[in-house]
Amino acid sequence: MNDQPPLSLHVPEPAVRPGGKPDFSSVKIPNAGSVPRPEIDVDPESIRDLAFSIIRVLNRDGEAVGPWAGLLSDEALLEGLRHMMTLRTFDARMLMAQRQGKTSFYMQHMGEEAVSCAFRKALEPGDMNFPTYRQAGLLIAAGYSLVDMMNEIFSNERDPLKGRQMPVLYSSKALGFFTISGNLATQFIQAVGWAMASAIKRDTRIAAGWIGDGATAESDFHAALVFASTYKAPVVLNIVNNQWAISTFQGIARGGSGTFAARGLGFGIPALRVDGNDYLAVYAVARWAIERARRNFGPTLVEYVTYRVGAHSTSDDPAAYRPKTESDAWPLGDPVIRLKNHLIRRGVWSEARHKQAEAEILDGVVTAQKEAEGHGTLHAGGKPSVRDMFEGVYAEMPPHLRRQRQQAGV
Amino acid sequence: MPRKTMVEAIRDGMDVMMERDDNVVIFGEDVGYFGGVFRATQGLQAKYGKSRCFDTPISELGIVGAAIGMAAYGLRPCVEVQFADYMYPAYDQIVSEAARLRYRSNGDFTCPLVVRMPTGGGISGGQTHSQSPEALFTHVSGLKTVVPSNPKDAKGLLIASIEDPDPVIFLEPKRLYNGPFDGHHDRPITPWSKHELGEVPEGHYRVPLGQAVIRREGAALTVLAYGTMVYVAMAAAAETGVDAEIIDLRSLLPLDLEAIVASVRKTGRCVIVHEATLTSGFGAELSALVQENCFFELEAPVRRVTGWDTPYPHAQEWDYFPGPERVGRAFLEVVSGDQ
Repeated sequence: MNDQPPLSLHVPEPAVRPGGKPDFSSVKIPNAGSVPRPEIDVDPESIRDLAFSIIRVLNRDGEAVGPWAGLLSDEALLEGLRHMMTLRTFDARMLMAQRQGKTSFYMQHMGEEAVSCAFRKALEPGDMNFPTYRQAGLLIAAGYSLVDMMNEIFSNERDPLKGRQMPVLYSSKALGFFTISGNLATQFIQAVGWAMASAIKRDTRIAAGWIGDGATAESDFHAALVFASTYKAPVVLNIVNNQWAISTFQGIARGGSGTFAARGLGFGIPALRVDGNDYLAVYAVARWAIERARRNFGPTLVEYVTYRVGAHSTSDDPAAYRPKTESDAWPLGDPVIRLKNHLIRRGVWSEARHKQAEAEILDGVVTAQKEAEGHGTLHAGGKPSVRDMFEGVYAEMPPHLRRQRQQAGV
Repeated sequence: MPRKTMVEAIRDGMDVMMERDDNVVIFGEDVGYFGGVFRATQGLQAKYGKSRCFDTPISELGIVGAAIGMAAYGLRPCVEVQFADYMYPAYDQIVSEAARLRYRSNGDFTCPLVVRMPTGGGISGGQTHSQSPEALFTHVSGLKTVVPSNPKDAKGLLIASIEDPDPVIFLEPKRLYNGPFDGHHDRPITPWSKHELGEVPEGHYRVPLGQAVIRREGAALTVLAYGTMVYVAMAAAAETGVDAEIIDLRSLLPLDLEAIVASVRKTGRCVIVHEATLTSGFGAELSALVQENCFFELEAPVRRVTGWDTPYPHAQEWDYFPGPERVGRAFLEVVSGDQ
């Protein structure tokens, strides 16, 4: 036995580190339109290959092609473009506000706008998302007030959450947006539970769980897949693979598995991969999975292949762990530019109208920001009361909290 | 009035609530077809159907996480974690999620959830079937923690817990399931059918959370106890002749501080007993509260009698368990001032 060479530990490494030349040659990109669209009652066993491909609709010439195309009208696409542009503008202003000290922290969506904006349009009123911190497009595409989002970010006197949560951890039951946890992955199994409840009550509403590539390593992810598989819960389980979990490349969480979508195969859950930077593809796949859930065919696992162009958060500097030019080399392009080019190609949009829309959107976001700042920012102006800190721990304040509130003098 | 075991009373509480409220659902490991390893859910699946009482995969995280999603939807899940010792995989869901939904969403989402867990030792369960983790829950803002000591209370407290708008950890002392165990493990136990607290009213009634009850009035010292330790303290009082006033806390959070303070001010002495380990146990909180509220009435230091700070052992179970002899000795020392 002793003549065996010693064992060695395998620690995966990304293809390139800072200073190197970005390399995405390992990301296999099928042609747009090349992946078939199965019927929604398909036997999951027969579409296992979809977990290893990428469903794409927009080709390099800006045309919508293939069996997943043709679902959205010009008006719907123009609206989608406006949602993504609004989210991007909102992010830029809030990043700046954070740098100016108006809030403690911010997380942007740059490059990932299509995922949440398009998915939201495939849902019905009453459906419930269990989001992470990078799906604010779910709120914007649902028409949530930008001022209220900012009130939350600034933790001001109008903060719907009374200053109790960090910036961007919104909550809106009315618009199907579950309160965001700062802990990762916990919401994934909760989405399955919500969906099970809907089935128990013979309701018609469905749930959508959200998780990042890195957090799929948490036990909650696996519990969610087990429960979704066992009870055929009406839920869409979304993995946003933006390649990076703070500084950790997706290979650390993915391990020896071919793709994140492939995690679903062992559970018998249909698993699809989709071009996350293609608004039309995201919408088409979302609609397929949502219809499947609503018609009681059970869960679907969807991996959105995208790229986090910006930093993880305002507390992060990606130059420390990946090449600065890596985002330029990302082979799936920019979701806003791709949809813009498609609309121009369709003859319903132009560079001039795009510029005009950018100015209008900026104007709207700046107006909203002025209004929100009028209600205070983190360190200036109106803020939630200290008394609010003691409220809402329980439906009814127990005696010990009442005593503590009195001690605090509020 | 019919007499029931504690398991039957708990089952009756769930039955009553399932009958009254379609939103009450029950699930956990082995709880569906089989009716639970302690039989607490026996017959409920047959009576209410598989969509309201069902078996789950072995995943405490999954059970509690799914239940939180259901509670957010508007159901009232009452789930079972087979042994309190198994709850650790679910702890993040309990602490960071169930306990926080109301607060973090400013009431947009709430979590009316009950997590039932058999707790405590005395059943040769070793370190993984004997723990008393109540202090891990009372330390968490947003949770309520309940420990019944008899069938009548168990049913009423469970109904109150299921109706509560916030998450409740419902710890069932498993050694009390069949009778009021007083720590004399070498003697036969009295079954609940021979005990007045085995008389369980029919139908719906509540025992409100946050109300302690005096099990034995006395003048010499106050005993703060819950669950199995109530009977150990009763035995210790009988065997030592110390005129102890024994308070069954029933609910640790919310806590009936008024009842505690009134009693200690009367007796001037206080002994706290629990089965859980000593350091940072719930007794530490009780001791601090007694000191803060009754300092000038105290005639002796507050005394804690608890499990030792070791894992719960198998062969040495009765050396670990704070039985009537150890509790009685503490009574005598506190009363005599010989500490």
